[in-house]
Amino acid sequence: MTVGLEHYLVVSALLFCLGLLGVIVRRNLLVIYMSLELMLNAANLALVAFSRFTNNLDGQVFVFFTITVAAAEVSVGLALIVALYRKRQTAHVEDLTTLKL
Amino acid sequence: MQDALFYTFAFLTLMFGFLVIANPFSRNPVTSAMFLVLTIISLAGLFVLLHAFFLAAVQVLVYAGAVMVLFLFVIMLLDLKAEERRKIKTLGVVGGLISTGAILAIFLSSLLKAPLGATQSPVVEGGTVALAKLLFTQYLLPFEIVSLLLLVAIVGVVLLSKKDLK
Amino acid sequence: MIQAIIDWFGSPVGLSVLFSAVKILGVFSVLMFIVAYSVWVERKVSAAIQDRCGPNRVGIFGLLQPAADAIKSFLKEDFTPAHVRKTYYWLAPAIVMIPSLLTVAIIPFGSLIGNEKMIIADLNVGVLYTFGIVSLGVYGIVLAGYAARSKYPFIGGIRSSAQLISYEIAMGMSVIPLFLIAGGLDVQQLSAGWQSLLAGTSGLNLNRLVTWQAGNGWLICYAPISFVIFLAAMFAETNRMPFDMPECEQELAGGYNVEYSSMKFALFFMGEYASMTAAAALMTTLFLGGWSLPVAGLNQPATTIWIGLIHIGIFLAKVCFILFMVIWVRWMWPRFRYDQLMDLGWRRFIPLALANIVITAVVLWAKS
Repeated sequence: MTVGLEHYLVVSALLFCLGLLGVIVRRNLLVIYMSLELMLNAANLALVAFSRFTNNLDGQVFVFFTITVAAAEVSVGLALIVALYRKRQTAHVEDLTTLKL
Repeated sequence: MQDALFYTFAFLTLMFGFLVIANPFSRNPVTSAMFLVLTIISLAGLFVLLHAFFLAAVQVLVYAGAVMVLFLFVIMLLDLKAEERRKIKTLGVVGGLISTGAILAIFLSSLLKAPLGATQSPVVEGGTVALAKLLFTQYLLPFEIVSLLLLVAIVGVVLLSKKDLK
Repeated sequence: MIQAIIDWFGSPVGLSVLFSAVKILGVFSVLMFIVAYSVWVERKVSAAIQDRCGPNRVGIFGLLQPAADAIKSFLKEDFTPAHVRKTYYWLAPAIVMIPSLLTVAIIPFGSLIGNEKMIIADLNVGVLYTFGIVSLGVYGIVLAGYAARSKYPFIGGIRSSAQLISYEIAMGMSVIPLFLIAGGLDVQQLSAGWQSLLAGTSGLNLNRLVTWQAGNGWLICYAPISFVIFLAAMFAETNRMPFDMPECEQELAGGYNVEYSSMKFALFFMGEYASMTAAAALMTTLFLGGWSLPVAGLNQPATTIWIGLIHIGIFLAKVCFILFMVIWVRWMWPRFRYDQLMDLGWRRFIPLALANIVITAVVLWAKS
């Protein structure tokens, strides 16, 4: 059986789940952020695969936008983490319990 | 040949992806970041197999070259030594595995049921010219909006990284 | 069995594998040769500038000095300090040279020999790939700084990551005018030799840039501002003298490679010269006409093997000229301060590069 759309989609789904698992399990803000990037990348892979196997370039344009937005998102997110670290001296989600009574 | 390359890159992507989130040897964020770089590069390999040459180059250029360097920079600035000693809570891991497994099951079952409508003879090539034509005609407005978004992000980051945040 | 292998190398696939292997080996050995001897040239030039003799004991004019250096660094004790992070400590020297090796893979170092293009991988995304790879160059240095787990190397690594990211932007934007200028190349009107050189290529391909320069003159004359920005950014990207913040001896005691000794240190050293060579090759291709020379019909693709070899020689001569200039600058210029470096990158070069793009576009639009 030659490699088709399904194969890529399975890889993409697995990668997405790995990212999700990372977001749930890990407690370090930066690693959580990296896991989010992993999920975005999984979505990108699915989009590129769809674009290839439906003979339509729109999916790749969408990925282009995703990458741009991800770059902006990472810069803002990291700036937030740095600002947070300055205030609280931690990048660990369990220590950030200001909303808790 | 193509199939063998696909399986190689898919395996590498998933393995490195796994090592990003759950490295059995080290919980160091820098290690996670380096494995994320490797994941991204193997994903670029998959993009090349899908004939998305432009996106493969951009993936390496933007993600591996800029975004991950930023990550490393911040990790090093923050000096996160204490993080490595913490225990992982079993409840969180079990809950995470169950929910992730459920979502994976949903994905795979929908993949099995839905007709994909994929062609058997893909011809589309994600070269620079083809993508640029789409980007500067049909998608011109989103393109401009994204540039505005980048500007907003720059201003926001400059403001956030000022010393006395009010 | 042996006959089958010989037959396979005679088939088209086998031939292309064979040619690629020969080209890779050739490029790699020439690169290593240049790396070894640019160290010798560096020492000789610095000696001449400072009124010394330089290395003159090993061989005539000290020409065997690189070999002696290599033997020395192999035989020295490979000491690993106790406080380092072992994995990264081993990894960092191993990966510093990868980006430069990957960059030279897409540089057209000659025209044609027979029907074979003198380029290892003729990519259509050409220059994008180059910048992607160049941007990976930071990891070796950052990891070395992180692995050392001591202050000065760490500061060196941090400086390097900020510096490389900043100058990459200016570098990337400085080459956009080149592709604006050379974009209007009409392949259909060129002669047969060019056609076979450019078959199946598109806009960002580096061979196209060389083709345009062979027909219209070198791009350094059309885009001098780009050249200046690219040159400065190249010094910053390769950590060379006016911008060698990550290692500066006086304040950081050597920066990211403080904790390294023997062969691992030598690998960092070779990595620096290899990235210089790769950057010089890229610069030759982008601004100085690559393998072409506008005299004696040398700006046409080669028809005989001899002309093909001469083209390669021209390319190497240009690369060596740029390397010599880079070395010269190191012994003539003082180092910038770190804030001056950042100021220059963000507040001078990036606006200048942007203005350069706009002006080039307007001029081209007015002309058409």
